[in-house]
Amino acid sequence: MELSFFSSILFATVVAGTPLIIVALGELVTEKSGVLNLGAEGIMSVGAVAAFATAHHTGSPTLGILAGMGAGMLMSLLFGISALTLMANQVASGLALSIFGVGLSAFIGKPYESIALASVTPIRIPLLSKIPLLGPSLFEQQGLVYFSWALIAAVAWFLYRSRAGLVLRAVGESPVAAHSIGYGVVRIRYQAVLFGGAMAGIGGAFLSVFYTPMWVEGMVAGRGWIALSLVVFATWRPMRVMIGAYLFGGCMITQMFVQGSGARISIPAQFLSSLPYVATILVLVLISRNRSTIRINSPASLGQPFLPDA
Amino acid sequence: MWLKFEPRPEPSRVMTYLSPLLAVGLMFLSGLILFLILGKSPVEGFKVFFMNPLRDSYGVAELLLKATPLMLCAVGLSVGFKANVWNIGAEGQLLIGALAGGWLALRFEGSHSPFLLPAMILAGALGGMLWAAIPAFLRTRFNANEILTSLMLVYVAELMVSWLVHGPWKDPDGFNFPQTKLFSAAATLPILLTGTRVNAALLFALVALVVGWVFMNRSFMGYQMKVAGQAEFAGRYAGFSAKRSVWIGMLAGGAMAGVAGISEVAGPIGQITEHISPGYGFAAMIVAFVGRLSPIGILFSSLLMALLYMGGEQAQQYLNLPSSISKVFQGMLLFFLLGSDVFINFRPRLVRRRK
Repeated sequence: MELSFFSSILFATVVAGTPLIIVALGELVTEKSGVLNLGAEGIMSVGAVAAFATAHHTGSPTLGILAGMGAGMLMSLLFGISALTLMANQVASGLALSIFGVGLSAFIGKPYESIALASVTPIRIPLLSKIPLLGPSLFEQQGLVYFSWALIAAVAWFLYRSRAGLVLRAVGESPVAAHSIGYGVVRIRYQAVLFGGAMAGIGGAFLSVFYTPMWVEGMVAGRGWIALSLVVFATWRPMRVMIGAYLFGGCMITQMFVQGSGARISIPAQFLSSLPYVATILVLVLISRNRSTIRINSPASLGQPFLPDA
Repeated sequence: MWLKFEPRPEPSRVMTYLSPLLAVGLMFLSGLILFLILGKSPVEGFKVFFMNPLRDSYGVAELLLKATPLMLCAVGLSVGFKANVWNIGAEGQLLIGALAGGWLALRFEGSHSPFLLPAMILAGALGGMLWAAIPAFLRTRFNANEILTSLMLVYVAELMVSWLVHGPWKDPDGFNFPQTKLFSAAATLPILLTGTRVNAALLFALVALVVGWVFMNRSFMGYQMKVAGQAEFAGRYAGFSAKRSVWIGMLAGGAMAGVAGISEVAGPIGQITEHISPGYGFAAMIVAFVGRLSPIGILFSSLLMALLYMGGEQAQQYLNLPSSISKVFQGMLLFFLLGSDVFINFRPRLVRRRK
């Protein structure tokens, strides 16, 4: 079906924003438990390559996603051992994970370069996909797009409507208090870190199995870092993550805008490609400018190690 | 039985210095296992990766050449890291330094002036500082997280290099390759050891190590930086400006990364291409940590990191493995270091597991 210009822009924005939503929501839950995991870029990279290799060998994109998720959890386990069990600096541990993950993915992925996967047919939702303009761009998408929407609702419900979510937030706000009334702070933080890893792995899998669909070294291209910035932009609220993710998704496909609008001005491709990164910086400035917004919304113990029985 | 970590009353000085050695040992060990998993003989793999690069004097010279930018970047970064200023964008600052200095080389192409090279180095330092000043300003003025902003600027710098070498700065006689003209002799760093590629940048790096040591250990400003990092509130109480720590930390990192950048393009590369640095700015963070943020430690750890780079090239050539294996080793090293550091502040003890 021929998509109108508007519809194709909307379609591409949603696709580009989807991995950001998934990864940022994972990181949001991790951060709500008081743990800052800067390793998203590395986890996504390894998730992407694991998913690609699995999908390539088995021919099943679903198995690919699961592999990406598993790889992401393994990666975040490394972070957990370092930052939670061995109480290393969280910033340094996250950086280590990013450096290690990007390197490891390049290493594993070498034999898979210049292979392309068959593109996966999107799932059309009956009735909804018939809505003019919006239908084809919103409801003829990959399964993970719908998953990302469900995830927003699930994370919001979990954090603010469930008992476990309340405990997780308590751990993030005051680990000492949570510990003193008998909650296993380290155990809960591990769970949050593993969830974050699983989501970052899925985010990476989306890129290599559905978005491109191929593996190229460095293909994550900072999306892990952008997702981290998104959490700050969203002031740690799930709904706002979606808004931010589509905003950045839009930024990432500016090239399409320019070509499609028939503009005659020639802008170097590199300028357009740098837009998401520049936008990230601008957005961080706008949000962080008001110190109290950050102080009120960020989990109070974010980034601080917790030592049981101390 | 269950392993438990008990806080030590005082951080262990011995473990502070043993921990990097332990980490290196663990890295070697996992290297052997990695080669085994990959179906290579561990002994052969170890030989190719860690010993092949150093089998002749040319190899040693190459090691010094590769250690130079790592030393420069790491010593600059260590100043900031001491004060908990997380500049993780040294890679971008390195690239902008290369562009700033390289611009002079291209602009004064025919010049034989002895001032050209010093001016290029200076421009490199300023370029790196300028790129580092952006996150410093955004942090001190708008409270924006310098980790994320400095990292974002790496991507912007990479794209800027790409644009220049594909566009305005492309060598018109270069068969359409994305690279600039070769720098003239007056714009190229002199070779220190004949028959090798080791150039004057090694001297800059050694000077930087000495200056870094004096700054951190003998100057009041360096002391303020250390206090800011170790005891933020004490520093504030003593009236040390947190903003100044951010500025000094970022600018020191930017300046040194910039010098590293211009030294690469005016040294072994000899022109600006899309591949100025194989991730030196990121590897330098590992160098700084493994070197315990001290110049003497950085001297040794930069050599080790350079060896990992060369080992990757050897592994590609002789073991048919991707050269990115060196990054796997680098990442493992940092993880092992962070893990080993637990022994600085904690004592391991076996306890009976609670029911």
